[in-house]
Amino acid sequence: MRIGLPRGLLYYKYHPYWETFLTEIGFEVVVSPPTTRKLLKEGLIHAESEICLPVKVFYGHVASLMEKVDAVFIPRMVSVEGKAYTCPKFLGLPDMIKAAFPNIRIFSPTINAKKGFKGYYRQLLLFARQFEASAFKAFSAIMAAEKNQKQYMAQLYKGIIPVKNNKIPSNGNPNIDSVKVGIAGHAYNIFDDYLSVGLIKKLTDRGASVVTPENVPQKTWNKYSSKLPKHLFWTYEKELIGASLYWIEERLIDGLIYVMSFACGPDSIVQYILEDEARKYNMPIMPLILDEHAGEAGIVTRVEAFLDMLRKKVYA
Amino acid sequence: MKLTFPHMGNVSILIEDLFGRLEIEYITPPKTSLRTVRLGVRYAPELACYPLKVTLGNFIEGFESGADAGIMVGGVGPCRFGYYAETQRRILNQIGYKVPMFILEPPLAHPLKFYRTFKKVAPKKTLRDLYRTIKVSWKKARYIEMIEKQVLQNRCYEKVKGSTTKARKKAINLLESAFLEKEIENAYQEATEIISSVPKEEFDAPKIGIVGEFFDLLEPFVNFDCEETLGNMGFYVEKSVYLTDWLSPGGKNLIAGHSADEVARAAKPYLSHFVGGDGRPTIGHTILYAKHNFDGVIQLMPFTCMPELIAKSILPKISKDLDIPILTLVFDEQTGKAGIQTRLEAFADLVTARRKKGFKPRREIIDWLDNKDQDLVEV
Repeated sequence: MRIGLPRGLLYYKYHPYWETFLTEIGFEVVVSPPTTRKLLKEGLIHAESEICLPVKVFYGHVASLMEKVDAVFIPRMVSVEGKAYTCPKFLGLPDMIKAAFPNIRIFSPTINAKKGFKGYYRQLLLFARQFEASAFKAFSAIMAAEKNQKQYMAQLYKGIIPVKNNKIPSNGNPNIDSVKVGIAGHAYNIFDDYLSVGLIKKLTDRGASVVTPENVPQKTWNKYSSKLPKHLFWTYEKELIGASLYWIEERLIDGLIYVMSFACGPDSIVQYILEDEARKYNMPIMPLILDEHAGEAGIVTRVEAFLDMLRKKVYA
Repeated sequence: MKLTFPHMGNVSILIEDLFGRLEIEYITPPKTSLRTVRLGVRYAPELACYPLKVTLGNFIEGFESGADAGIMVGGVGPCRFGYYAETQRRILNQIGYKVPMFILEPPLAHPLKFYRTFKKVAPKKTLRDLYRTIKVSWKKARYIEMIEKQVLQNRCYEKVKGSTTKARKKAINLLESAFLEKEIENAYQEATEIISSVPKEEFDAPKIGIVGEFFDLLEPFVNFDCEETLGNMGFYVEKSVYLTDWLSPGGKNLIAGHSADEVARAAKPYLSHFVGGDGRPTIGHTILYAKHNFDGVIQLMPFTCMPELIAKSILPKISKDLDIPILTLVFDEQTGKAGIQTRLEAFADLVTARRKKGFKPRREIIDWLDNKDQDLVEV
């Protein structure tokens, strides 16, 4: 059976896990191609006009898989750690896709770490058992998937940035005065070259070294985000703000670019909280808001201006 | 210490009553106006949702009129609402109101935090006092909302335009001034009398159900009083969200008439998981309205509201499957009354025309969904 994995949203976080897991229980996994103009246009046709850009693109990815696969894998990620949820849109994503593409078969195990074992391993085991995988096979598939995910994360923690289909590590251009820039943004925005208009490459080409929240281990961002007076109840935003506070407080970066998509719910709040916290440390922050009208020139101008300003500040 | 709080429809009546009984000093901010919205928009993050901006404006106006502390409800997510209080505290600090903000976390999720805040606000009172007070205040709030419901259902039949609105004002005032439990009961009897004695003209009025995000539904300034507009156009209106239902969704005496479980069950074929806020109730109520043969459904939501956007993505499918017209109205600081009015009128024409031709929601699909619900397998 051919199963499709849309290359969007949480794929950028969990692709080693999902790919391994599905392959191990006997599916032929088809990943949708990287985002293109055409794909985004397809998404815009099916998606709600008000919804955030990455979700619109996700619709496009599903549409591109429609002809090629028997079913699409869209897990319902309710919660990945006990105390927090993911974004509400991940909670409703399978239903939204179902409403837009009634003819497509969707597999959506509900992952809810708030329910402990029952909400996580058991869901995956039950899912695997539906496809005549033995309990042992299902169990070893989960183990293999976790191993691969761990390896991938270990690489990320070393500072490797998975742009351009996870191949090219970029560590800055040594010839120019280097500035360190932190990119606070979701993996599905900043690692999608089309959506972010190649932001990471633009930065590294202009002599900046880049860190992303994915490069910060969970322990660290948990520690820094728990300093906030009110516990943040979105895991991925917690990661984002925790990582940023870590860079800012430890003086690991010269400036921060906050990448958010237009109409992103959690980010609209978190951006303000982060700005409020960063004010104490006098850290330059540039918000960069992405939508389907984002043009290359606009991004380049802003990035160049920001880097010039940082250089002046650091080397003056 | 004088507390101030944001407006949300009739919520100020409930809070004034509650604070009065608990002997807490308070200042009610001026009613939400264009100035409130402007103040909120000036200081709030640009992409934050509309209720945050409006309630921030309320706080600023409350502090301007002399309050020196604020009280706001917290939450545990995943809707943005849970982080309003913290964000507003930061914004108010930033613009110079260095006043304490008390955040009331939901008592079930954070019992200790709730207790501590309560003790800070009302040091002389015990939890038992709070329980007793809430019981009475609650009754009052419920009765007020039942009057509101009655008004919505009666407005379309009135003989003289505006007479129901006048009667409503009288009835609410009556209930507002009642204090003892007995008085509240009596006032309610009298208030229902007032509403039902408005001269009526019986006709077969088309029915419209309103669903959506609770702030937009409850605050008439924000939704440009579209309930009244619809009533004046001659529609029997029902609303899915009432404050008391919202705060105790499993309660026995529901005003909207459907318990949270029932709504979740109705929504299941289309949205099988809760998504925070009113996302699932919006879907569930829409299907229930179709089941009760309503002629149309209107969804109200603030711009970029996450749970409502999920519902909005699914509603077209429901509209097509069940053959019921659904209109979504999005509100933010840019929304104008004329735009809403035009859309409502167009929708009203559509609904009336459909009714004349005898179109009804598809019964067979609704029944099928009802039965299908039992054997829906979660994959």
